[in-house]
Amino acid sequence: MKRFLALLLMWVAAPTAAQTGLPPAPYADRQLADPQQEAAARDLMDELRCLKCQSQSIADSNAPMAGDMRSQVRERIAAGETPEEVRSWLIERYGNWVSYNPPIASAVTWPLWIAPILLLFAALWLARGRFGKTRDDE
Amino acid sequence: MNRWLLWLPLVLFGLFFAAVATGLIMPKDNIIESKMVGKPMPDFSLPAAIEQRPALSSADLVKGKPTLLNIFASWCLPCIAEAPQLLELQRAGVEINAIASRDTPEDIANFLNRWGNPYARIGSDTTSRVQLELGSSGVPETFVIDGKGIIVYQHIGDIRAEDVPKILKLLEDAK
Amino acid sequence: MIAETGLIALWLAAALALLQFALGAIGLRAGRQEYFAAIRSVTVAQGVFVTLSFLLLIWLFLRSDMSVRLVVMNSASVKPFIYKFSGTWGNHEGSMLLWVTVMGLAGAFIAMFERSLKQKTLVATLAAQAFISLGFYAFLLISSNPFERMFPVPADGQGLNPLLQDPGLAFHPPTLYFGYVGLSVAFSFAVGAMITRDVGAAFAKAMRPWVLGAWIFLTLGITAGSYWAYYELGWGGWWFWDPVENAALMPWLAATALLHSVTVLATRDGLRAWTLMLAVVAFSMSMIGTFLVRSGILTSVHAFAVDPERGSFILALLAIYIGGAMALFALRVGTVKEGSRFELVSREGALVANNLLLSVILGLVFIGTLYPLLVEAVTGEKLSVGPPYFNLATGPLALMLVAVMAAGPLLRWRRDNPKALLNRISIPILITAAALFALALFTTGMSVLALLGLALAIGVGVASFAPLWKRNLRRTPLHTYGMVIAHFGIAVALAGMACESSFTEEKLVAAKPGDEIAVNDWTLKFDAIEPVAGPNWTALEARITAQYGDGALHQINPQNRMFPAAQTQTSEAALLTRWNGQLYVVLGDGDSQGRWQVRVWWKPFVTWIWYGGILVALGGFLAMIGRLRRSYKQRKQREYAEAIV
Repeated sequence: MKRFLALLLMWVAAPTAAQTGLPPAPYADRQLADPQQEAAARDLMDELRCLKCQSQSIADSNAPMAGDMRSQVRERIAAGETPEEVRSWLIERYGNWVSYNPPIASAVTWPLWIAPILLLFAALWLARGRFGKTRDDE
Repeated sequence: MNRWLLWLPLVLFGLFFAAVATGLIMPKDNIIESKMVGKPMPDFSLPAAIEQRPALSSADLVKGKPTLLNIFASWCLPCIAEAPQLLELQRAGVEINAIASRDTPEDIANFLNRWGNPYARIGSDTTSRVQLELGSSGVPETFVIDGKGIIVYQHIGDIRAEDVPKILKLLEDAK
Repeated sequence: MIAETGLIALWLAAALALLQFALGAIGLRAGRQEYFAAIRSVTVAQGVFVTLSFLLLIWLFLRSDMSVRLVVMNSASVKPFIYKFSGTWGNHEGSMLLWVTVMGLAGAFIAMFERSLKQKTLVATLAAQAFISLGFYAFLLISSNPFERMFPVPADGQGLNPLLQDPGLAFHPPTLYFGYVGLSVAFSFAVGAMITRDVGAAFAKAMRPWVLGAWIFLTLGITAGSYWAYYELGWGGWWFWDPVENAALMPWLAATALLHSVTVLATRDGLRAWTLMLAVVAFSMSMIGTFLVRSGILTSVHAFAVDPERGSFILALLAIYIGGAMALFALRVGTVKEGSRFELVSREGALVANNLLLSVILGLVFIGTLYPLLVEAVTGEKLSVGPPYFNLATGPLALMLVAVMAAGPLLRWRRDNPKALLNRISIPILITAAALFALALFTTGMSVLALLGLALAIGVGVASFAPLWKRNLRRTPLHTYGMVIAHFGIAVALAGMACESSFTEEKLVAAKPGDEIAVNDWTLKFDAIEPVAGPNWTALEARITAQYGDGALHQINPQNRMFPAAQTQTSEAALLTRWNGQLYVVLGDGDSQGRWQVRVWWKPFVTWIWYGGILVALGGFLAMIGRLRRSYKQRKQREYAEAIV
């Protein structure tokens, strides 16, 4: 039941793809020659959110816009930018929404990152009374 | 175990309930606004999309008077819907420049012949490069730019008849 | 007439559920024994009528009765038999009816066969069960009547979207529902026990099979869903931390914790309040999951048929059930003793660690999933929380959990000696260290998490069999085997995940027929592209010959399908499975120069992820059989002893 929309999405996305007559941007589906750069680009593309989709990374999306974004990412990485520079370039334009990796140093997202520590402490605190010498009255 | 602690699950559930109930009530949109509003137009230079109109670069958008930058495409249905409003704005004396998104010269020419051409300059952005620079996430979109080249407003989607006065007011305010 | 009969059966079942609840509530208040006797028969009758109603709905679908709106909307007379059948629950109304049917059957089962629980607790449990069912009955009868007629009667149905005609649909959703219903039973048990304040080993033993059963189904449902998405969506991903995936994962995490804490309660009579809370949380998570999926409140790749109105209804039910249960918890649990205390180094200690880690992971998944919603409600800012966060926040905790999982079964109950444990676990530790060393030396590009994960998986794979060491294998109880296999399955799945994330190789090429594509040890020859036709689609099919090393040649044919009626285009990936991985080929669009975009992945050991999932479920199944057989034997012995006396 839950996987439907993915299928529906392809259904919706496909006609859009058919509308634009142009081939996709040069590096939308072309890998960079340098495997290290390609790997860096690929890792980044997995973490960037497609603007036109429900909830997909640009690496997974067939939307033309996602293809153009992939091409931009690859071109920028090939030109020597670091993945983090490319990411901040996009965040500057689209906000934190565009990255699946919420920043630590942001007024609204830092609580996410301290949550693991807080929850772990809360759990330990909850369990503190449970341990001790087994009473022999059992 | 502390008595108050036992109420904690209920309190947390209450918080969850409040959050999702607001989420259900609030109208949901999937619009991603550009964060470039309020910032200067990024540098770019695009080739001419059709022979009849000159090319477009960011320098062309610093005019000393407010202008509109419309992003459109011949394959985009809402772009047809907003064409009359753009013509109306042009008749009102507004300078409208355009970026044609992922399009071919023939298709653009056909589109403009059929639905009217309100544009002063049209740049062709075949790989969405400038669109990404602008923080734009689709077509059609219209940016209001003041005389110094600062983006003051982003209109997402087609401009309806009822949007025209608002855009004219924004242009007036940007003077 | 069938539809009317079905509706009448549904109304009767609802009325019986109301009676069941009233009998329980009044009986408990007044302490009337005759009510207690009646409630069992009423429960069974409710189960019979709701099942009848569901069977009639299936019949309507099989007969393609086009006077019923639901059939018209979701079926067509030419559809294959199996999809007419699965179409019954492949929609909102039918799935709700399936849910309440399984609940009714579960209630009837408890009423007929549960003997060990105190009578009052049993009655309270059945009343709670009826109360939950009533909400679903109200939902069905008020706003989602599956038997609604349609006038005028159309010639044929609109059919199920052709894309949704997939064996996955027949299997994946009902599996999850069975899991959810199992957790609702556990929830009813917990509510019953809170009402009578009777929380102890007997209660835990009565609840355990339901938790186990629910957990098996959830494990299977998630495994199947993950594989379904993997091969259908065509981007080679098996988990994306999408809200809908998280919605299915959260009940599983809670059920896994509950499964282990209920063992502590059954064996050592400890963790009473905690187990009650977990039972409440586990069911909450299934309701919340259903709500998130159906309301469309979160943006997901997978959510479908979202409807905010139905979402509100589910949210209202959620508030009544969960809010009520949590208030009851706060009011009653103060008087329930938590039970015995534990030594840190003991089986209980490990199980408590398991529970704490699972709860923290659950909390993080929950927070991460809902955080964007919260932030948008408060500040209006949109943000995304995705794989980078979830992997980093929960990954290390999950690895700790796996380490605890290896050590736990080797510990004695009550009290153990740390040195003795170290002794028992020394071989797996050495293996883990050796694997870590070898991987760090011989591989490149593995992330720290994947590196630790793979090394740990190898060590834990060995350690999971350690509980069988030096034991008489024929006298080892079945549930111990179940645990061993389930834990081994976790190691297998973990190894698959680590390998997939580290060693996957991807190739994107624009290929002309005649071109060769090399990925890892594979050589793919793109022979031709040809049109093929199916019943309701036409496709372009790539003919590709794949060869692994010098091995045999394999034909694989990824397709680009067009469904003209639905104006739909889909990509059918071609998968080639070897023991050591899977080749995944997707055909993209063609260009004007006669080249075709081909995406190829070689994913080493990716199938282990799902084999692992199946092993985990199998382990759970063995454990359940073992437990049920043992309690049956014990009861027989007791009855025999009583008969002699």
